[in-house]
Amino acid sequence: MPLDRKAVAHIATLARIKVPESDLDLMAKELDAIIHWVEQLGEVDTSKVEPMTGAVRVTLPRRKDEITDGNCRDKILANAPEQAHGFFLVPKVVE
Amino acid sequence: MTALTDLTIAGALDGLAKKQFSSKELTQAHVKAVEAARNLNAFVTETPDKALAMAAASDARRAKGDAGLLEGVPLAIKDLFCTEGVLTTAGSHILDGFKPAYESTVTANLWKAGAVMLGKVNMDEFAMGSSNMTSHYGGVNNPWTRRGDNRPLVPGGSSGGSAAAVAARIALGATGTDTGGSIRQPAAFTGIVGIKPTYGRCSRWGIVAFASSLDQAGPMTRTVEDAAIMLQAMAGHDPKDSTSVNAPVPDYRKALSGDIKGLKVGIPKEYRLDGMAPEIDKLWAEGVEWLKRAGAQIVDISLPHTKYALPTYYIIAPAEASSNLARYDGVRFGLRVPGESLDEQYENTRAAGFGKEVRRRILIGTYVLSAGYYDAYYLKAQKVRALIANDFTEAFKKVDIILTPSTPSAAFAAGEKMDDPIAMYLNDVFTVTVNLAGLPGISVPAGLSADGLPLGLQLIGKAFDEETVLKVGHVLEKSAGFTARPGSPS
Repeated sequence: MPLDRKAVAHIATLARIKVPESDLDLMAKELDAIIHWVEQLGEVDTSKVEPMTGAVRVTLPRRKDEITDGNCRDKILANAPEQAHGFFLVPKVVE
Repeated sequence: MTALTDLTIAGALDGLAKKQFSSKELTQAHVKAVEAARNLNAFVTETPDKALAMAAASDARRAKGDAGLLEGVPLAIKDLFCTEGVLTTAGSHILDGFKPAYESTVTANLWKAGAVMLGKVNMDEFAMGSSNMTSHYGGVNNPWTRRGDNRPLVPGGSSGGSAAAVAARIALGATGTDTGGSIRQPAAFTGIVGIKPTYGRCSRWGIVAFASSLDQAGPMTRTVEDAAIMLQAMAGHDPKDSTSVNAPVPDYRKALSGDIKGLKVGIPKEYRLDGMAPEIDKLWAEGVEWLKRAGAQIVDISLPHTKYALPTYYIIAPAEASSNLARYDGVRFGLRVPGESLDEQYENTRAAGFGKEVRRRILIGTYVLSAGYYDAYYLKAQKVRALIANDFTEAFKKVDIILTPSTPSAAFAAGEKMDDPIAMYLNDVFTVTVNLAGLPGISVPAGLSADGLPLGLQLIGKAFDEETVLKVGHVLEKSAGFTARPGSPS
């Protein structure tokens, strides 16, 4: 799939970013140029390579499954754009 | 006596210990310098009252004989570190008004060591940029200008405010973060020292996330010794970051012995780019000569996958960013732009809150992770990343450290390279490999361009061997004898 205006509109929806109709063509052109540039990786033979998923290959540490934090509702809500009765307030999602 | 703002961190600690001045006096001098340098646009938030209160508390601790590693030293903090009760913006509109209810581990470590916060410094939005031009709060001016040309230049990015503040002598040191070169490139552009430690050396907890497998915090200072002191205070294990390494932090200042006899220094042939500025090549050759003269052995090495590092980075970093930045939804903090539905509220908020470059990277990241493209792009990039890391593993079987230029050019003018994202990305051609491999790298000011602008040399070390990186950096610094200052005839 070339990164055309239809593809940009699709990924913009996935990413929840509104892109005005009038910007789709320019954006498709810019993004397609970047994707075209990264496609040079196709030259590299990676058939025998394991993907590297992090900067360090370590097993993640484990700790006891116990509560170490909490009881800070007001701190969490302190930055909310809108709140009521100890909850975040959002537009109605269920009709 | 030297002006208080001209001191190094080491010099300031010495003067404080000898009671030549108090932290309050030292901090007051810096608060005034910050106010006088507002034309640089280095700070997003100045915290003079907090700074003076912290300085007074520091003086009281010192009087009791209870002085920490950075006791009384005023620092600037990149606006990517969450600071409790103090506006934290990440250079973005979408974090409007965000005052964290918690302190990042790295800044908490600095305050525990006695440091004083001057304020929060400007940066490219979400650390995505190499010029500081993507900040919602406007670009930062480089305190340096070309000889005989007063046009403003960029300080580099993304830690551009940090670099400008330290170079302009309005902070003794600053924190930075480095995902693809964001400490080392601005350090090079402003004639200061910047070290990106090994991934895992400093906790990422409380640092606004960009690309979690690449991000790492580090100090930006005017000398290698200062970088050693500041890194010492920043580093350490943190149970709240599962990727932070549980290993003791060595005494970095002790590593600065000056003795590099017999040390093997690798020179990677792939870093000699076609069409590279002759002055960059010349500086690199000088660096080789300096290390040779100090007794090091020069070894030619090959890092064959170097040319694939930037395209690899521009898949992995946007992919991780698109996931990390999903949290900015206008519900829990920051900007909210209402819509008819919750989905439309998300879309409106994120369209208004993110700048152009951030939107571009989120969309690229979403694309390379989307169904049908994941294997072709993201998985492929992870495999090439493994090959790039392996290049270093092989090289470090033969050498102890690698010497390269820090950047392919000196600082450029504000507004240049803005039309072509890929031209901007090329700024990080020498630094980005180090993040992909998770290694430590330092940029040390080493000379001036024909226009009188600072240029840096980079040293890349083995994982968790910041000691050798600092030791050789110290030798480079001494050999280069870089004494030029911004705004002074050179």
